[in-house]
Amino acid sequence: MNFDAKIPSGPLPQKWDRYLTEAKLVSPNNKRKYELIVVGAGLAGASAAASLGELGYKVKCFVFHDSPRRAHSIAAQGGINAAKNYQNDGDSVERLFYDTIKGGDFRSREANVYRLAQVSVKIIDQCVAQGVPFAREYGGLLANRSFGGAQVARTFYARGQTGQQLLLGAYSALSRQVGLGTVAMHTYEEMLDLVVVDGHAKGIITRNLVSGEIACHAADAVILATGGYGNVFNLSTYARGSNATAIWRAYRRGACFSNPCFTQIHPTCIPVSGDYQSKLTLMSESLRNDGRIWVPKNVGEKRAPGDIPESERDYYLERMYPSYGNLAPRDISSRAAKRVCDEGRGVGESGLGVYLDFSDAINRLGLDTIRERYGNLFDIYKEITDENAYEVPMRIFPAVHYTMGGLWVDYNLMSNVPGLFVLGEANFSDHGANRLGASALMQGLADGYFVIPYTIGNYLTGIKGGRPAVDHADFRRTEEEVRARLKRLLENKGKRTVQSFHKELGKIMWDHCGMGRNEEGLKKAIELIPQLRAEFWENVTVPGSGEELNQSLERAGRVADFLELGELMCRDALDRRESCGGHFREEFQTEDGEALRNDEDYGFVSCWEHQGDDKAPVRHREPLDYEHIQMAVRNYK
Amino acid sequence: MKVRLKVWRQKNDRTAGSFEHYDTPDLNPNMSFLEMLDVVNEVLTEKGADPIAFDHDCREGICGTCSLTINGKPHGPHRGVATCQTYMRSFRDGDTITVEPFRADPFPVMRDLIVNRAAFDKIMQSGGFISVRTGAAPDANTIPISKEVADLAMDAAACIGCGACVAACKNASAMLFVSAKASQLNLLPQGKPEKDRRVLAMVQAMDEAGFGNCTNQYECSAVCPKLISEDFIARMNRDYMAATFRQTFGSVPSTVVGG
Ligand SMILES: Cc1cc2nc3c(=O)[nH]c(=O)nc-3n(C[C@H](O)[C@H](O)[C@H](O)COP(=O)(O)OP(=O)(O)OC[C@H]3O[C@@H](n4cnc5c(N)ncnc54)[C@H](O)[C@@H]3O)c2cc1C
Ligand code: FES
Repeated sequence: MNFDAKIPSGPLPQKWDRYLTEAKLVSPNNKRKYELIVVGAGLAGASAAASLGELGYKVKCFVFHDSPRRAHSIAAQGGINAAKNYQNDGDSVERLFYDTIKGGDFRSREANVYRLAQVSVKIIDQCVAQGVPFAREYGGLLANRSFGGAQVARTFYARGQTGQQLLLGAYSALSRQVGLGTVAMHTYEEMLDLVVVDGHAKGIITRNLVSGEIACHAADAVILATGGYGNVFNLSTYARGSNATAIWRAYRRGACFSNPCFTQIHPTCIPVSGDYQSKLTLMSESLRNDGRIWVPKNVGEKRAPGDIPESERDYYLERMYPSYGNLAPRDISSRAAKRVCDEGRGVGESGLGVYLDFSDAINRLGLDTIRERYGNLFDIYKEITDENAYEVPMRIFPAVHYTMGGLWVDYNLMSNVPGLFVLGEANFSDHGANRLGASALMQGLADGYFVIPYTIGNYLTGIKGGRPAVDHADFRRTEEEVRARLKRLLENKGKRTVQSFHKELGKIMWDHCGMGRNEEGLKKAIELIPQLRAEFWENVTVPGSGEELNQSLERAGRVADFLELGELMCRDALDRRESCGGHFREEFQTEDGEALRNDEDYGFVSCWEHQGDDKAPVRHREPLDYEHIQMAVRNYK
Repeated sequence: MKVRLKVWRQKNDRTAGSFEHYDTPDLNPNMSFLEMLDVVNEVLTEKGADPIAFDHDCREGICGTCSLTINGKPHGPHRGVATCQTYMRSFRDGDTITVEPFRADPFPVMRDLIVNRAAFDKIMQSGGFISVRTGAAPDANTIPISKEVADLAMDAAACIGCGACVAACKNASAMLFVSAKASQLNLLPQGKPEKDRRVLAMVQAMDEAGFGNCTNQYECSAVCPKLISEDFIARMNRDYMAATFRQTFGSVPSTVVGG
């Protein structure tokens, strides 16, 4: 298989402009004739649906939520990057581009990342015009903060609710189009399969989550913006409903899955407290601007943090990475936390925690400033742990937070299945092996507002033959398969709950495909997961029927897909015999425990192709050819 | 600890519902209220019974999905806290806890504790936006906005659209929600050009969706998980009066904002 990314020719800084001047346009009259399906209304989906509707396409937008405003994007706290250089601290498109490529440990595609940095500046303009209330300085201009992996302050934020405000901005644009009739909004409607006709994506099969009705929807192109798949680990910072079904079903219909093992473990989350735990809560990375991370120097320290003198504390990030200190990138900070905890220096009851201490910042800046900057995060911390972080240091521990992998897309954001586009966290494209903080929001909005509206025309102008009717044989067949699967889940009537399988899968994934991975563990997981999957289909119980609101059934389908995806992640992790970014293979590390990359053999994007239920998938590759920069050792010391 | 739950069960929006009692297994006080329901649901599922349907997603107080009325109070006992951030340590061993959906006519119960809040989307579609084309925006720092105004707009924007305000109001008024949404945009210079049209359209859509009148009791602010201030209601009332005045005297077209 050929993975041609279709990158425009010319020097890197000019590629996107050149693309825009050469892109084929669809005339306004013709736009009305095209029907587009957008699945998802997070930052990526809402911005895409709104912009495409505004251009005159007929858009149908689907979400499993009750409203587009509930997408998981709403939970993003910290901020969004853009190369505005409003702080006059030397930022530029080139610098944001380089930071992102380097942050991703040289495993992302140059041309996509460069374009992302270029359009980042327009995103902020767009959002401000929509009324997004970003934080401002007293002079009335926009304020910025810094985030991990950058030495400039380029992150825009709205208190600790940046994702919420950006999503509400995109949602307002989408609402406007719904009101104008250009976008038909389908809430409570979950995509359960992709319909491919003559090799092109031509529609989807959905289930209405309230009535249980199964429906077929045909279109000229299908856009998936369905978010990340981190809930494969069960415990994560994702919303409980986030799932991989849309992209996994597309994978099973021929779309290749790239770099599935690249997952991000976020260093600053509230530690697990018990077996009943249903999710992990992120404490925004922005806290690392002012908080200092430390553990006791002594193994088995029992004193309260306040009683441990300065000389017996190890500010390990500042020690190990003096130039970035507490703002070292996420993968590096998470691994460092794991290392000190593995040494027995972790804090809290479980020993799986490190301190994030604000006492210096409070002394330096005053309580009020800290309260103004982080008040809501301190409140969340208090609610969950019943501890006051103004007085005692927070306890934090890494947790699964983001998935860099996703469906393969070319420069147009189109997968290898023509007519299937993938945006936002659901695609693999921009973050390589590790995503920098505040870059996911940027990518979601870049894809939706500023890339897909231009690239989709190139596909639409080239297709022949219109939309198939929904009674086309391929629709009928796919629909039958969807119905059969639901029936099988409902009629199984086994003994174990869906949740119990999800928990068990999560544990396998965390133990063997989490922060540290090795050949033995991954091979074990590749044995265990198919066994668990077989047991699921033997022994799962799903109460109720398919013709009603049935949360157990929704959950069952999603967990069934995670049980397949988890195995693919382990296969990818096993296949990639190097360490890079969030993928740390214990066999491949430097003497001082840093990731040891192997550009010669693994300077590529993995592209996994489904072969059928009983066959191992095949790994293809898209080589990463860097023209503009050189792959370098990633150094934050 | 253990508690006894008195839970509203209802098959769908066409059938009547009733309360059922459930004794929970042993609980950890550090569980969230929703985790407690997860545990109860595991037991029900293992017994082959229908688990209790309840809405939730982010479980960190930001998505606005969770929506339980706990002991008669939308979002439960604590001020400024959503259902999902309520912990079992707020209750005592042996308590009986009543759990109901957010009750209001414009929010039909779809199953057990889940209500349909699509009416909020309808209001937003009528005017809860600034009409700006993608790609047509000027540089973000072109218009300085004083920190005070930006902060106040952000206070309004913090609304999570959960609907607790409506559930708490004896008239099922949506004024707190609508005024927060309208005020955010009306306060900012970018939102000024459409201010009158916005407020007229949103209020009309609110009335059409069947929400009741505000009689200034402010139960809404008291239960709001984000503590949105009732001052926004007064602000919107002023904006609405001014807009009606201008409309009557001819300077606002009577058509709604384009959708
Ligand atoms: C707690 C937290 C904090 C974060 N903070 C930041 C931050 O500060 N800065 C930053 O840049 N990034 C942050 N991120 C990451 C960022 O929020 C996400 O990567 C991003 O919002 C994903 O957006 P999306 O549009 O791709 O998907 P989502 O927002 O996840 O939206 C997915 C959409 O798809 C729909 N959907 C999914 N599957 C189906 C289906 N089968 N059928 C129908 N509809 C479906 C859903 O209903 C939803 O509308 C954070 C993430 C978390 C978990
Ligand atoms: S579940 Fe999101 S606010 Fe409670």
